[in-house]
Amino acid sequence: MAELSARSGPIALARLSRRRNALAVVWQYVGEGLTYALLVLIGVGMVLPFVWTISQSLQPTQSLLSYPIRWIPDPVTLDAYTRIWTTLPFARMIVNTFFIAMVSTAGYVFTCALAAYGFARLRFPGREVLFTALLATMMIPFAVTLIPLFVIMKTFGWLDTYLPLIVPRLFGGAYGVFLLRQFLLTLPRELEDAARIDGSSTFGIFIRISIPLIKPALATLGTFAFLSSWNDFLWPLVVLNTYERFTIQLGLSLLRGTWNTDWAMLLAGTSLAIIPILVVFFSLQKYFVQGIALTGLKG
Amino acid sequence: MPNWLGATARQRREAIEGYLFTGPVLLGLVFFALFPVVASLYTSLNRWDLIQPMEFVGLKNYVDLFDDDTYKLTVRNTLYFSAGIIPLGIVGALCLALLVDRQRRGVNLFRTLYFMPVVTSVVAVGLVWAWLLDTDFGLVNTLLGQVGIAGPKWLTSVEWAMPSVILITAWHGVGYNMVIFLAGLQGIPDHLYEAAQIDGANAWQRFASVTFPLLTPTTFFIAVMSVISSFQAFGLIYIVTMGGPANATNVLVFYLWQNAFTFQGKMGYASAMAWVLGLAILALTLAQMALAKRWVFYE
Repeated sequence: MAELSARSGPIALARLSRRRNALAVVWQYVGEGLTYALLVLIGVGMVLPFVWTISQSLQPTQSLLSYPIRWIPDPVTLDAYTRIWTTLPFARMIVNTFFIAMVSTAGYVFTCALAAYGFARLRFPGREVLFTALLATMMIPFAVTLIPLFVIMKTFGWLDTYLPLIVPRLFGGAYGVFLLRQFLLTLPRELEDAARIDGSSTFGIFIRISIPLIKPALATLGTFAFLSSWNDFLWPLVVLNTYERFTIQLGLSLLRGTWNTDWAMLLAGTSLAIIPILVVFFSLQKYFVQGIALTGLKG
Repeated sequence: MPNWLGATARQRREAIEGYLFTGPVLLGLVFFALFPVVASLYTSLNRWDLIQPMEFVGLKNYVDLFDDDTYKLTVRNTLYFSAGIIPLGIVGALCLALLVDRQRRGVNLFRTLYFMPVVTSVVAVGLVWAWLLDTDFGLVNTLLGQVGIAGPKWLTSVEWAMPSVILITAWHGVGYNMVIFLAGLQGIPDHLYEAAQIDGANAWQRFASVTFPLLTPTTFFIAVMSVISSFQAFGLIYIVTMGGPANATNVLVFYLWQNAFTFQGKMGYASAMAWVLGLAILALTLAQMALAKRWVFYE
């Protein structure tokens, strides 16, 4: 500044602003550098626990519990994986979970789509009230309905079967209906009207025209429904008793309870549960982000 | 809505189709939401172990809650957990969202990495962190040991167990709220930032007078959801600490589960807890909605 007041000619001004620009550029680089450093640091914090788990699951037990830290397993061993396979019906648990998640997700998505179409396109007395009532059920905490649902399943004789994990989801849910209805409302009706003039039934229009149009929303909802079934814990914990019928999450929880000294086996089991989900996540990630963005925006 | 009695055949047909399309979801609403809520209320007025017939005891279960020291402890623990996780979850998610908001090289990778824990089950996350935070063999204490710090007993000491559970929960869920914030950030029109810049606002002023006010609806949505979910914490605590040590991490839903589904079989008492919890969540949600008028900015 002193320089400027001493010889405040146009040349001096230009020189100063050039220097200021250079400074700004330097700051910008520093800022970018710091931002990237922070991004990477947090990224490591998010990924390291998974990488560590998988790498440690390939170590022999004795090197797990000794110093120094071995980041890369040497020697690599699948001992823990063989052990988990023979100690627990782990393959069976994976199949159970997959079956439950597939059937319940397919039913959930279809029922939700059906209802979403009804609420978005068909006029019937009580429509708005019923839709509001449906949305209100999202506010009911699961803890409140847990015990009566358990009693219902017990009364039906469904405890320790897959039915409690599948049947309620076949009736859809408020979240799915809401998401698909919002999506349907943004779509033009011309195609449906044209099909109606051509003599299509309402159900025919729903199947042949609406379903293909809302495919992205169906994929998003399906991904979420599958994940929530796959990762569900409290409800299966309450309704299942037999190891052969356990879901993978229940099987995993046993590793901490009963064999909590066998860290290698615990890590192997966790890796087996994490890897498929992460693979699915990386291939379908855009649907996850879309789905959350859709709900979040409604706030 | 057309007058039902004076409706034409076509309107009547459409109405019937409307009920058929929405019927499955509405049946689910009755069976799996309305009926359980009412049944839960009724159960809470009885003594019931599922074996002996129900015995009506009026409000005794609710009165007993006031004399139950463990219950009072679980209320305090739940408040402690919520007071930790809600601000941490919101501020952490907002910082992450701001960090990955701007388009720069590789930003999508970081978004994906930060979201990764969200898709992983609570059981897997719990097991991974139980291993990382193990007092003697865990990576965290090993690394701390290398720089000369004796790490605490993260999960097995009364002082550290709850902070650990809060941190793990934050690590698990922060990516979810980040994506919601991100959607909110992307909804803020660029011209507002440009206008602020022309007015000479610096980065902080732009955040305080543009970003934050326009993000308040998103923040409100996240705050409401955070209260609802933090009051129902269960899975992670089951895996990581089993409510221990000395009930230091025993929270409402965990204690409810213990009362209903472990050896105790106190269905009525647990239902009373569920109702108190449900009413508390409802009251807090309504209070947040009332307060929202003061701080949430709607365009």
